[in-house]
Amino acid sequence: MSSILTHRLFWPVVMLLVLFAINLVAFPGFFVIEVKDGHLFGSLVDIVRNGAPTLIIAVGMTLVIATRGIDLSVGAICAISGAVACSILLGSPNPGSVGTVVTAVVVAVVISLVLGVWNGFLVAVFGVQPIIATLILMTAGRGVAMLITEGQILTVNSPPFKVIGSGFLFGIPVAVLIAALIFTAAAVLTRRTALGMLIESVGINPEASRQAGVRSRGLLFTVYTFSALCAAIAGLVLTSNQTAADANNTGLFIELDAILAVVIGGTSLAGGRYSLAGTLVGALVIQTLVTTVYTVGIPPIATMVFKAAVVTAVCLLQSPTTNAVIASWRKPIAARFRKATV
Amino acid sequence: MTAQNPVVSMTDISISFPGVKALDGVDFRLFPGEVHSLMGENGAGKSTLIKALTGVYSVDSGRMTLAGADVAFSGPADALRAGISTVYQEVNLLPNLTVAENILLGREPRRFGGIDWRAMRKRAKELLTGLHLDVDPGSLLGDHSLAVQQLVAIGRAIDVEAKVVILDEPTSSLDADEVAELFRVIRDLKSSGVAILFVSHFLDQVYEISDRLTVLRNGKLVGEYRPEELLRIDLVQKMIGKDIAVLDDLERRTHSAQSGGDLDGERPIVSAIGLGRKGAIEPLDLDVYEGEVVGIAGLLGSGRTELARILSGVDRPDAGELRVDGVSRRFRTPRAALSARIAYSSENRRAEGIVDELSIRDNIALALQADKGWFRRIPKKRQDELAASYISALNIRPANPDALVRNLSGGNQQKVLLARWLAVAPRLLILDEPTRGIDVGAKAEIQKLVANLAENGMSVVFISAELEEVLRLSNRIAIMRDRRLVADIDNDDLSVDSLLAVIADGSVTSGATS
Repeated sequence: MSSILTHRLFWPVVMLLVLFAINLVAFPGFFVIEVKDGHLFGSLVDIVRNGAPTLIIAVGMTLVIATRGIDLSVGAICAISGAVACSILLGSPNPGSVGTVVTAVVVAVVISLVLGVWNGFLVAVFGVQPIIATLILMTAGRGVAMLITEGQILTVNSPPFKVIGSGFLFGIPVAVLIAALIFTAAAVLTRRTALGMLIESVGINPEASRQAGVRSRGLLFTVYTFSALCAAIAGLVLTSNQTAADANNTGLFIELDAILAVVIGGTSLAGGRYSLAGTLVGALVIQTLVTTVYTVGIPPIATMVFKAAVVTAVCLLQSPTTNAVIASWRKPIAARFRKATV
Repeated sequence: MTAQNPVVSMTDISISFPGVKALDGVDFRLFPGEVHSLMGENGAGKSTLIKALTGVYSVDSGRMTLAGADVAFSGPADALRAGISTVYQEVNLLPNLTVAENILLGREPRRFGGIDWRAMRKRAKELLTGLHLDVDPGSLLGDHSLAVQQLVAIGRAIDVEAKVVILDEPTSSLDADEVAELFRVIRDLKSSGVAILFVSHFLDQVYEISDRLTVLRNGKLVGEYRPEELLRIDLVQKMIGKDIAVLDDLERRTHSAQSGGDLDGERPIVSAIGLGRKGAIEPLDLDVYEGEVVGIAGLLGSGRTELARILSGVDRPDAGELRVDGVSRRFRTPRAALSARIAYSSENRRAEGIVDELSIRDNIALALQADKGWFRRIPKKRQDELAASYISALNIRPANPDALVRNLSGGNQQKVLLARWLAVAPRLLILDEPTRGIDVGAKAEIQKLVANLAENGMSVVFISAELEEVLRLSNRIAIMRDRRLVADIDNDDLSVDSLLAVIADGSVTSGATS
């Protein structure tokens, strides 16, 4: 009992269940999942599909945060990645061909990787504080995206490209499959190898790690580059779903949602121990919130305020003070119980 | 004295952490105007008891009274308001603030809604004068030596009209004069009716200053004694729960190893030739041979640690060269030194040693894993074997490889750190103050381990402020003074006094080799 209560995923999961319950009351068909034309449909499917970009970015963000860092540039990299892909598609005589789409995706990803290396370079080699280092690209990146799109919203008509964001494979949304792939890859890559332990070690005590021979520079390059890769893929999913690249709005504020997802999932911004499972729950909480706004009928202008309220609640529930209070409630009960049984 | 009522009385106190029963039904009393020493090995529960008394931990069960009234502190600030003031083992002050700000932090004198800086400096100056400490209250704390910082911490503790002052290892970084100074302050406090809880691993100091002793072992109370009624040997036995023949055995073996230690004609594993670094050490020569323990003696700040950091690649030299097996090497990082199998165990265990939120297993495997790279993960089974073998070989407690190192006592953290370096099978192991702040039992275990390692061919550079320890373990002793190597002497007929003479005068009268 107590191990469940003190588990770091306890409150995020409770929050998710509460949000589900609210939705169920407002909309009794909330849990219904139907198969239409061989595709899965339903509110839950929507939540997972719309939450995919945030989850993808949050996975990369988790590893960055575990090293005591933060990556504010992911939203801008989303915009750049989408802008690059769309401008290649528009510049091609045959935007509908699979070959063109593959080229567009690969070029967008490679450019984003270069941006990730740039972030890693500033943080690992020059020792620039991560929040400052990535702030550079956060602000400059949207400008770069503007230059690529020449200030236009680039609308593309390319069926293979559209599949990334809104297609289905085996009845499951492709965006969800991509998110699942990234999540699994990150989990396997960090936990089946020693990457996770070394990242945590650097995040907890950089100097001790250095003296133990851990190559923190390489690790920092890795996490910032991986974060940029995640951002690039999320950007492609978003752009594909909108069938347009919008330098100003693609991935706007998504870095904040991703950071929130990581924090709700119980990974400390101070670095160290991280939980990808927590990040998954966190991303679902955030997306379910957005859905709840619509099902409950909260006016869209109040969305941000509502979201802030729920996030505040989760953070307060997870705070050390709250945990101490809960522990002090539990103790007398446990003691009474012990006496009763003796 | 028994007619008096205790100012603090703790009855049947128990505290558990995940996987550890830190305190198990312990009683403790503290009377006004006495110095009461809390004795025990690392992990005996001394720090836990102190943290229970100061409200850092809440107790699972038991009763605590202060001046006769039941108390349950919600935190250190609460305990402080009630008159219980603590100076922790590792200085918990802010090096980037001034001395005055540190002393009066949180209770600054106010004026017109702001801080009255002048009154603050004046008050700090008075306190420092009371401690006979000639320090500018406006200077930054971080610019002073650890000893001065320690005394400032005590100044902070006594400023609050404390009924109880807790001194947890206050002397571990002080030299003899500073200790005498501290004891004078303690006696002043005592005569003014303050109760003092004293924790130290130096038995001489405990016997000199204490009116009463309480001994803990493995979280349980062993008993309360008066120092004049308890022989030292009995005290040590009560603390470690077994007799200490191991130490005699150790001494015998080290000396037999020394008699066979004729190293002429062999090539040193590591040699420093004119090795130096501006502001750290003057250029010096030093050779370390296989299976040899080289002790480094010298006062705090003499360049002991700086030498170790340069040998191990933590800092880079700017003069001279370092040869490993006769080949000139430049270590740009500790990683490079580790790949040449030179390991350095920092004196600063908490900041540069352990990774406190990782498990015992991860901490032990860290250096080995770092060497293999992230991709070639040490298989879980091998990690478990590694952890299990070191936990039993070094007697690490709790013997649970999943326990977070944060929850371990200082001595056990030190052992985990040693295990990490031993796991990479170093040829040269540089130990910087491996026994500082840890108890007699763990100290003997670590000393025995060092002797064993050298017997099996590992070379060890052993740095310690305790000359007895350096003498007991080393085949050869290098003496540092004012950032210079002043002597490099075979440990044949050296004594603490002859070492002290060299440290004090910087000249060797007999037995010099190089």
